[in-house]
Order: sequence, then C-alpha cells, then structure tokens
Amino acid sequence: MAIKTEAIGKKWAASTYQVGREKIKEYANALGIENPVHFDVEAARAAGFPDVPAPPMFCVVYALPAMAPAILDPEVGINFATMVHGGQVFEWGEVACSGDEITTTPKCTGIYEKDGKGFYVFESTSVNQDGVQVLGATWTNIVRGI
Amino acid sequence: MDVGDQVPELKVTPDKYLPHRYAGASGDFNPIHIDVEFAKMVGLPSNILHGLYSMGLVARANATALAGGDPRALKRLSVQFRGMGLPEQEVVVSGTVKSVEGDRVVVDTVAAQSENQIIRNAEAELQI
Repeated sequence: MAIKTEAIGKKWAASTYQVGREKIKEYANALGIENPVHFDVEAARAAGFPDVPAPPMFCVVYALPAMAPAILDPEVGINFATMVHGGQVFEWGEVACSGDEITTTPKCTGIYEKDGKGFYVFESTSVNQDGVQVLGATWTNIVRGI
Repeated sequence: MDVGDQVPELKVTPDKYLPHRYAGASGDFNPIHIDVEFAKMVGLPSNILHGLYSMGLVARANATALAGGDPRALKRLSVQFRGMGLPEQEVVVSGTVKSVEGDRVVVDTVAAQSENQIIRNAEAELQI
C-alpha cells in the first residue's frame, strides 16, 4: 500500500503553554537534575535568570500540547500500533523560565517510505511572550511494516 | 577540552516507577511506558522507558560534565532512538568530544544498557 503524503506541508494551530515553578521542579526531579537554579528562585536570580529556568529538555513539556494534535491527525495517518520514535533534534534559543508563555506551532515537513518503513517528519518552532524563539525542533516518527 | 577527550560518564538506574513519574512530569501517558500488560500485548518485553526521558539523561550528562549543569549551555541536541530502554537496568551515558571551535563544543554521545544502545549518534552542541 502506498503511503499517504497529502499531509506534507500541513500546519496546525499554535498552542500556548505557561511555564511554572512546580512543573519545572517535577520535571527536574524525574530526570535527577540537581542544580538548585531549577528549585529555588533566589538561586535562579543569583545566577542571572529572571525566575526559575527550565532544563533544556523541559521543551517536551511545553511543546507536547501543540504536537499531539499534529501527530494524532487522521489526515497524517500514522499507525500507532507499530509506531516508534525515530529521531529528534532540538535547537535552543532563549532559556524558558517560570512565568513565560510559550507558543508552539507545528507543521508536517515530510512523509516518505524507506526500507519498508514509513517516515513522518514534523517541525515546530516555539516562541516566548516577547516573540523570541526558545526552540526549533524536528520530530521523526517511524512506522514499521506499512 | 580537546577533540577525542572522553566526557565523564553518567550512570543512572531508573527504578520500577520512574516511567510513571516521567509520564506525569512530561504529560506522555502512552501505555507502552506505564502498563506492563499492555506493553506485552503489543510484543514488548515489558513497559519501556520514554525515549525522551533517555534523551533527557543525554542532555543532563553533557550539561553536568561540561557546564556545571547550567541550563544555558546546551544549544542543540540531535539523537536517533534505537534499542528499547527498560526500567530497573542501569543506563550509562558516555561521550567523546568531536570538535571544539571557540566556545562551542560538540560531543558525540551514546546511551546504553549493557550492550544495548538505546540512543546512538547523539550529537550535543554546547556553549561553554
């Protein structure tokens, strides 16, 4: 069966996430990150941050609400039973801090077949409330045996 | 910091309930990560670690080893997910400096559980 490619170029609505101190703490604890700047606003300010900064990979927390509708879109047609996460690229700009409102916009940039597998590539950009980019990302999902 | 230098390893053994805590922290509740019975039903050996959790360990290892954990240091991280990571087995993250240009350092990184590489071809770029 040929892979459906109609969704290439499709864009989805932007979604905004408000970063908060307790969520940063919860994420840092799950990852075993110990730098006090993630737990204590005084330590964060002493290190030059306006408020508690998020660890870089916290980007998955603020980007997920925007990415889920794209990856789950039936028009894209990913078969979730045989989907694996293939690859991931993150490029960070300004550090996201507690209080920031981060808006993420996804689009589908590629759907192709290779070695009997389907590749679904999405790109997203995330900007803060000042319009400054905090993240550029490429998400690649692979579907086995299409 | 020179090309070919080894970056200090990070060793972490995610406990049985880590995938549940990571699911809560990240918002990714895919049952293959938190439900052993469901995971086995779809052909997995047990529930498996979130790939983005393992990628988080790669980010933590590089930032800790090269920048004292400063969240400003990591500028870019690209990875390929391969073998599945399992809870209750030690993850070892190891890296080698690939290039140094001014204050920019690129590290080739691997995350493995014994012989099973769960993240490979990881390239971390840091400003230090």
